[in-house]
Amino acid sequence: MSAPRPPAVALEGVGKRFGTGATAVDALTRIDLTVAAGEFVALIGPSGCGKSTLLRIVGDLIAPTDGAVRVNGKSARQARLDQDYGIAFQSAGLLEWRTVQGNVELPLALHGLGRAKRRAQARELLELVGLGDFGAHRPSQLSGGMQQRVAIARALARRPALLLMDEPFGALDEMTRERMQSELIRICAETSAAVVFVTHSIPEAVFLSQRVVVMSPRPGRITQVVDVPLGARDEDTREADQFYATITDVREALRGRAREASP
Amino acid sequence: MRTGAVWSGRVFIGLWPPLLFGVAFLALWEAFVLLRDIEPFVLPKPSAIFEQVRLNFDPILEATRSTGTNALVGLALGLVAGLMAALLASRLRPLEELLTPLSAAAAAIPIVALTPILNTMFSSTSSTPRRLIVLVYVFFPIFVNTLKGLRQIDPVHAELMRSYAASPWTVTRIVRLPRALPFFFTGLKIASAGAVIAAIVSEYFGGLQQGLGPAITSAAAASAYPRAWAIVCAAIALGLAFYLVAVLAERLAMPWQRPQGETT
Repeated sequence: MSAPRPPAVALEGVGKRFGTGATAVDALTRIDLTVAAGEFVALIGPSGCGKSTLLRIVGDLIAPTDGAVRVNGKSARQARLDQDYGIAFQSAGLLEWRTVQGNVELPLALHGLGRAKRRAQARELLELVGLGDFGAHRPSQLSGGMQQRVAIARALARRPALLLMDEPFGALDEMTRERMQSELIRICAETSAAVVFVTHSIPEAVFLSQRVVVMSPRPGRITQVVDVPLGARDEDTREADQFYATITDVREALRGRAREASP
Repeated sequence: MRTGAVWSGRVFIGLWPPLLFGVAFLALWEAFVLLRDIEPFVLPKPSAIFEQVRLNFDPILEATRSTGTNALVGLALGLVAGLMAALLASRLRPLEELLTPLSAAAAAIPIVALTPILNTMFSSTSSTPRRLIVLVYVFFPIFVNTLKGLRQIDPVHAELMRSYAASPWTVTRIVRLPRALPFFFTGLKIASAGAVIAAIVSEYFGGLQQGLGPAITSAAAASAYPRAWAIVCAAIALGLAFYLVAVLAERLAMPWQRPQGETT
């Protein structure tokens, strides 16, 4: 590695207000957060805490009202134009009229990659997410978990330095979910992309990430950042004492507001 | 080809009930006319009509070809115009506000009233007025349905395309157009059967003496009622053929919309 890589995400005093005047709602206030290159950070909090909004601000899908957003050392807009990040949502959002292969090829095609090259790359990506044999299938022929794998392959297609994930496993059953989490850990190790991962699930946040950012609503803000002192993850991690201890830490951080409020 | 076999098998099964019903209906009709001894100018027997189809096969085919060509040319022009207008309207809001009332007005034009005017405009020895009538008729269902489809976009797809920094035209090409296809084909199915009707109606107001409309008129004028019915049958067959081609095109254009159990 040559020069040190810039942080994947740097947020300074970011705020987002929806509406104006008396009906204005502060979705986010004074958000400061830095995600190092290659780091896995989870955003967790109750509904309405603005975690999905924050993810969209990083991706320049919506504009913040205040503050500065840097992605990969550039403005969020420039990072989007340069395709520095890949994104996956709760619903896989595949184009049902394209084959699985065609879906993964889409970002490559939009970038002007030649036919043979994008075909080879898409095949490689599908191998990476364990769907090497399903390139010719239609999305509707795949299970929910498989569709989400395709969405992840698509998000990784441009080999982005940053992966934005908005509850990508939220609609999956618990078994599939755990398998997908382990897959994601492996994939991230292979691609060395930084990840910002929005989730509702405390175990998911702790299992996946190096830091868990705990948020709270009205107005949406960061209340605490919990470090996850777990080394390399495997299936035993899910049974480790430290895993449960960290889950407790995050749970208490999420309740923090309620505890303060009681006399 | 396995797919073809499955597909035609399905169509075959789907065709059984109407086919059976049609045969039973014709048999009842024949029996009714025979038993009640009804005059042919009131209601001819189906067997007499088929006899006329057989005897006048070539002239009926010629008339069908003439009407069919007008319907086809008008349909093609109206389809291209409706599609283009919908594409433009979906991209430019002022244009949409202009085109939507205009196309509604076009749909409200009584084509019956328009025909004599167009006949005068373009000399009555030309097929152009008839083709224009079909165009006017076809434009509205294509335009309205396609525009509706082009406006639907899954929010996830919208965000995804934005993350790709895709231009509006790229979004139209990659997401909106394929998504609008089911809507477009709904419009096309309405338009295709209607195109034949519009083509025949336009033949009733002077001009050339070719086509199914004048053929029906002259048969009726000569009191050749079974022959008139035979030509009506040809008109029905023509309309049905247009509709079936539209249905087939829909299936071919959207393989991902095949019912469960069928694979590509």
